[in-house]
Amino acid sequence: MSRQREAALAFSPRRVSAMMLRYWYLLRSSWPRLLDLVYWPTVQMVTWGFLQFYIANNAGFFARAGGTFIGAVLLWDILFRGQLGFSISFLEEMWSRNIGNIMMSPLRPFEFITALMVMSIVRLSIGAVPVTLLAIAFFGFNLYGLGFALVAFFFNLMLTSWAIGIFVSGLILRNGMGAENFAWSITFLFMPLTCVYYPVATLPAWLQPVAWLLPPTYVFEGMRALIIDKVFRPDLMIEALALNAVLFAAGVFAFLKLLESARRHGSLMQTGE
Amino acid sequence: MPEFVPIAVERLVKIYKTVPAVDGISFTLTPGSITGLLGGNGAGKTTTIAMIMGLTTPTSGRVTVLGAEMPRQRYRVLQRMNFESPYVEVPMRLTARQNLTVFGKLYGVENLRERIARLGHELDLADLLDRPTGKLSAGQKTRVSLAKALVNNPDVLLLDEPTASLDPDTADWVRGHLENYRRDRHATVLLASHNMNEVERLCERVIIMKRGYIEDDDTPAKLLARYGRRTLEEVFLDVARGNGSDLREAAQ
Repeated sequence: MSRQREAALAFSPRRVSAMMLRYWYLLRSSWPRLLDLVYWPTVQMVTWGFLQFYIANNAGFFARAGGTFIGAVLLWDILFRGQLGFSISFLEEMWSRNIGNIMMSPLRPFEFITALMVMSIVRLSIGAVPVTLLAIAFFGFNLYGLGFALVAFFFNLMLTSWAIGIFVSGLILRNGMGAENFAWSITFLFMPLTCVYYPVATLPAWLQPVAWLLPPTYVFEGMRALIIDKVFRPDLMIEALALNAVLFAAGVFAFLKLLESARRHGSLMQTGE
Repeated sequence: MPEFVPIAVERLVKIYKTVPAVDGISFTLTPGSITGLLGGNGAGKTTTIAMIMGLTTPTSGRVTVLGAEMPRQRYRVLQRMNFESPYVEVPMRLTARQNLTVFGKLYGVENLRERIARLGHELDLADLLDRPTGKLSAGQKTRVSLAKALVNNPDVLLLDEPTASLDPDTADWVRGHLENYRRDRHATVLLASHNMNEVERLCERVIIMKRGYIEDDDTPAKLLARYGRRTLEEVFLDVARGNGSDLREAAQ
């Protein structure tokens, strides 16, 4: 391996912690930012929780399937908030016109990505933990009762969210803030196909193979199997993990290529639209 | 450690789509020098600086900083360089101290607390370190950006309009600080500026760019003699208005 390649791949926990410190200072500096992490997941969980409550009292199947909607909402939030947590930390650098400072510092792309991944977990935790506690209090749904399955669900969803976040960050670096909307909306493209609230069998037959190409589909199917049939499906988790490995590698590859292209096009000094 | 040429630019070209922003320029800076990079808007100064920093890849030609080719070998030298530019800001929600802490850690600065305290003292920021950067005046923000640019004691310092938003007194004071820094650290400084007094005071060499190429390159005194002018501002106007070559010939 050449010396410059070695230097480019050198990983420094000190530099990663410097970036995490930067985002921590930022979170601490603004209570609306902290509140924003909690309020929308709470609204969503409460809305879907009451809907499920209503349906469960009027349909036999849903009486058996108690918790699938709230479970789906909470797991969807892990996927969506995980990606958003990653992307917002990245966008903070664009909004503050700091990306040139970051890119000209000794921080390596992998260290930057690592810091953003860790911060997405921190942001997600701040938002999700209070909501899961409220789900217990309001609807008696204990997400932590899923035990090891929750760990498998969480890990797979976070991998997907990071892969999307990394790809979107590359798009924004290359194309400027005109691509910002992707950060807010791209995960919703996955929503109908990953079958968050309904089984894959609900989709038309020709669309089902497409759904099975997406790692979150396996997680939501696994969640329904666990809550409705009381069966944990490790096969689904392993398949999701394999697809996630491919998706994550593709996200990192695209990010590096887009960063290279941004250097060629001079986008790193002009971070506007 | 061998002393490398701080900055060497060879036949550097940058073309955006079909528009040449930098068109085959070459120059070398000597260690411990301050060089001014002059030119009107669109002359290619910022693109040149971006290529030296490794933020933009040249279309052709070569840039080396302290012996490392940019941007390919940038991680060998980024620790020893820094910059300040109006196109890039430090985060406004963080306090000045928090910003300097983050960048100090990124650059691996030892005894960071002492370094920040010293910068605070030297740049007259001591009382402002714990205020959010966004709440500071334009001049104070510029000083915070300058502190960020100096936090790692860089051997190569790139400055794009460092005194643009400062009042004359503060600007003069910052120039004095840069002179002292260059002298004490034997640092090499490349300074892009539209302020001709600043360039005359600080720079022992001036490179004048126009439409992507180097129109002239010499000491301020020799430039004044060559154009038969009394100030660099007059020289700049001659070059910008296309009278440069006629005046050079007439003066010679």
